[in-house]
Amino acid sequence: METLLDILSWALLVVGGAFVFVGGVGALRMPDFYTRMHAASLTDTLGTILVLTGLMLQSGISLATAKLLAIMMLLLFTAPTAAYALANAARLSGLKPYRTGGNREQ
Amino acid sequence: MVTFFGLFVLTLLVITAIGILRAENLFAAVMLTGLFSLLMASIFFILDAADVALTEAAVGAGVATVLMLSALALTSDREQQQRRRHWIPIVVVSVTTLLIIYATFDNPRLGDPGAPVHQHVAPWYLSETPRLIDIPNVVTAILASFRGYDTLGELFVIFTAGIGVLFMLSTDTERSPLTLLPNPDTEGLRHHQVPRIIGRLLVPFIVLFGLYVQFHGEYGPGGGFQAGALISAGFILFALIEGEAAALKVLSFRVLAGMITTGAFLYVAVGLAGIARGGNFLDYSVLLDDPIAGQHLGIILIELGVGLTVTGVLLSVFHAFAARRQHS
Repeated sequence: METLLDILSWALLVVGGAFVFVGGVGALRMPDFYTRMHAASLTDTLGTILVLTGLMLQSGISLATAKLLAIMMLLLFTAPTAAYALANAARLSGLKPYRTGGNREQ
Repeated sequence: MVTFFGLFVLTLLVITAIGILRAENLFAAVMLTGLFSLLMASIFFILDAADVALTEAAVGAGVATVLMLSALALTSDREQQQRRRHWIPIVVVSVTTLLIIYATFDNPRLGDPGAPVHQHVAPWYLSETPRLIDIPNVVTAILASFRGYDTLGELFVIFTAGIGVLFMLSTDTERSPLTLLPNPDTEGLRHHQVPRIIGRLLVPFIVLFGLYVQFHGEYGPGGGFQAGALISAGFILFALIEGEAAALKVLSFRVLAGMITTGAFLYVAVGLAGIARGGNFLDYSVLLDDPIAGQHLGIILIELGVGLTVTGVLLSVFHAFAARRQHS
């Protein structure tokens, strides 16, 4: 049981870490503001769920798990809101999305 | 492992600092200073200074960023171009940096138990706090009781700074924030439902956490300074979402001014009560018949005073900036 939980938890941590890493690469490599934000925000949300669930499996039923759950709720509420606000602000200030063939946003 | 994390965060800190220097867009520079404070808070946390980390995160990354953005809204977000290179400042900064790096060679190793700082008064505080004050958080015991004079001084620095900023920002009686009545329909984020609803959801939790930090300061990290910053961050979030007028309806300028003065007065009054009961200024042991209970009462009261003044000052400064923006 112990080993099974450990394996499951490490699998979640590694996959979550991979998603965050991919998000970081996407934020650097994507062509314009919106696609960069898309890469960073979506993978971040999934990465948060996976990494924090992996940590919760490590800590078992304890106060630390409750705290991790609270952190996860906070991140799940605030991160998409921040992404929305950012994209909305960019849209309102007139930033056009990237199209193939067009100029790269600088 | 701790050294590795420390080096990692310090490297990020240097990169952020260079980013702040090189940013020509002041908006980006302000955001980077917020990031700088957050990294600073992580370093304090790595060094086991949880109380300081909490203050840095709440004040530096939270309230100060909003205040800088408010100041930015009054001016331009572009840096003015400077063609001349300033050689004297560069030389002065380089020499000072080299001197400081040279001085760090004399520093004891991190966590060295034989370091002078662990030999002077620290062992006395650690051994006598359970006997004299009986609270688990020695930092609070030192801050509020043993070094009560220093904290009184800090509180009055904040008090004076708050009054000074308010005087500078509201000189014109016609435009005084006291008479400000902006149009509540056009400000805030009323037409952006997603941030508005999520923000409104977070405000009560932030204020609740602030109150927890205020009244749990003897047991865990925290106290009046951190709680004041957290509570005002909650109210500033509310003001950003619903507009300053709605926030001023909850806590008006008159109430805020009252909080600033009541907090400072409460601290001094606790000190004077010590004299009246036959002890020294800021000696809480004589406040009640049981010296330890007296210490507890004194610490709770002065932390309450600190919390009131810090909340009042931060919120009035924020509203003063906002009022200035309304009129310009």
